[in-house]
Amino acid sequence: MPQITYRKAINDALAEEIIRDENVVIIGEEVARYNGAYKVTEGLWERFGDKRVVDAPISEAGFIGMGVGASMLGIRPVMELMFWSFAYVAWDQIINNAGQVRYMSGGLINCPIVIRGPANGGTNVGATHSHTPENFIANTPGLKVVCPATAYDAKGLMKAAIRDNDPVCVMENTLLYGETWEVPDEEYVIPLGVADIKREGTDISFIAHGRAVITALKAAEILAAEHGIQAEVLDLRSIRPLDEEAILKTVAKTHRVVLVDENKPFCGVSAQIAAMIQEQAFDDLDAPVQRVCSLDAPAIYSPALEKIQLPTPDRVVYKALQIL
Amino acid sequence: MISVTEEEVAIDPVDYAQAKINKSLSSKDKIGLLREMLRIRRFEQVSLKFYNQGVMGGFLHLYIGQEAVAVGTISLMGDNDHVITAYRDHGHALAVGMGMNECMAELLGKATGCSRGKGGSMHYFAPDKNYWGGHGIVGGQTPLGLGLAYALKYKGLKGCCFCYMGDGAVNQGAYHESLNIAALWKLPVVYVIENNKYSMGTTIDRSSAMRNCLAERADGYGIVWDIANGEDLYEVRAKAHNALERAHKHSLPTVLEIDTYRYYGHSVADANAKKYRSPDEIERYKAHHDPLRLWQKRLVDEGVMTVEEIEKLDESIKDEANAAAQFALDSEFPAPETIFEDVYWEVDNNTEAGSTGRHFFGD
Repeated sequence: MPQITYRKAINDALAEEIIRDENVVIIGEEVARYNGAYKVTEGLWERFGDKRVVDAPISEAGFIGMGVGASMLGIRPVMELMFWSFAYVAWDQIINNAGQVRYMSGGLINCPIVIRGPANGGTNVGATHSHTPENFIANTPGLKVVCPATAYDAKGLMKAAIRDNDPVCVMENTLLYGETWEVPDEEYVIPLGVADIKREGTDISFIAHGRAVITALKAAEILAAEHGIQAEVLDLRSIRPLDEEAILKTVAKTHRVVLVDENKPFCGVSAQIAAMIQEQAFDDLDAPVQRVCSLDAPAIYSPALEKIQLPTPDRVVYKALQIL
Repeated sequence: MISVTEEEVAIDPVDYAQAKINKSLSSKDKIGLLREMLRIRRFEQVSLKFYNQGVMGGFLHLYIGQEAVAVGTISLMGDNDHVITAYRDHGHALAVGMGMNECMAELLGKATGCSRGKGGSMHYFAPDKNYWGGHGIVGGQTPLGLGLAYALKYKGLKGCCFCYMGDGAVNQGAYHESLNIAALWKLPVVYVIENNKYSMGTTIDRSSAMRNCLAERADGYGIVWDIANGEDLYEVRAKAHNALERAHKHSLPTVLEIDTYRYYGHSVADANAKKYRSPDEIERYKAHHDPLRLWQKRLVDEGVMTVEEIEKLDESIKDEANAAAQFALDSEFPAPETIFEDVYWEVDNNTEAGSTGRHFFGD
């Protein structure tokens, strides 16, 4: 199976969907002639031209709102945010318009729009460029949000997101763009709302999404090598809809859980997962649910410190050993 | 600065009745325009009663006084022309042909409401009539209107989007971003600024910097703009028609500022509606600038209708509004389980995507 980067996997998904559906259009800052600020859309403008790949001015509220309006009339815009951190200037358009218009119209309207881009810390660009707003999106009924951790998942989830008839936010990660994974040549789609076991284990479950999955996998290797403990790593992939069954299943299997989450801890995604586990799987637990989140302060610039602000394999191992 | 004095508003050297788009109106068409304006006024007068009786919740932003704007512009629409507006949305909704029943029931939060009781007064929708809401956040609909125009152009359809907004919306960033993109990408959108002089309780001179008028700001984006007297249905139609033609023939945007006035407060809950402006001012508009009165006078002068015929039409519309009120009162509230309907298309349509993973939380 060919090894391709996370970036290329998304690029392939976009190209395949542009070819499949004449209403798919890519819009965003620098997506066309510049080939994408992070080269995710590289070559697409050259292949598909001005109509299908469109450079937008730096005007997130304007072009995201425009995409929402166009989607109401059946266009399927895939909007790139150079960083999800920039979504805040388009928040009214995303939350109030994309998220609520179906409900407020009593189901007369739907918005098949995708809003995608990187949402991560860890690149020393300071607090304004390092937000992880998946919890905010997941807190908004009407919106969906996915956070792929691998190239394979990024491609399959992106295709599902574009075909979905509701607004879907895809949160990528600049630290993963250059990483490679096996991705088959054949077409495939990964449904939203299906988690994936990235590593089988019997002693403890690490539940994570996005790049935290990679952190959890590294922690699992350390635990196996140094302590003979087998951790299971469950990748949520999709936050809303959420694969609750998969979570309950791994809890029932290992009876111990560490949630790994690059969100901030207060009202972050893992807070919801922890509440759900204690409510629905209390009797399965042999120990309190533990969490490893980003340290609860704005993302720090200093490269030396930002490394430890995000969840690290060592912190995951430490928390795991506390409950084993 | 746009004048609000009687003398200046009244001065207009052009008789827009002679515009081609108006000369083509039949007597039946002209009566139809009166009917639409009366429907808005009578509907809202009944809704005001509901509000004062406490049978409806939320806000009620009345359009009374501005009727010629919605009716004049919407009367020009063809199959591929679309409408989107803000929260003062009853006028546009009725003008596109929505029924009083579903509109009245929506005010009362009933299952028979146009939005199944989920939107309320500010959120009417009828996509089957090219009517895309009804939006609650000031200026928030301006990029959506741009998107409707983008979709029309993308699909190669000859159409346009009338995107309405109040004078208070012109200072929102989303509107300026929309103007920039509209001009840059030559999108067929007409931004209709319904200038009723007050952004809630703040007068224009205290809220908006400008040279001569709000529409003129479009110059900065290279967008053609115009200004119309909203008490004259003929003028509204003539100027909006120019904008529509610009969109249809050249796929170009327009900013059209229409001078108008609301008789009631920002919303009915606006406790200061008669404090930030004088009662005399309101009475002057009602007496001398009322678009319905002026249109009725036109129709009588032109020999299209007699006063008696107008009264008869008005009575029939009052009956329609009262029947709609009864329909709304008699309708059921939505069932509790409908709270979770209309959130996700995929769930509502029982698709595989809609049944994969958990979509709703909390119990």
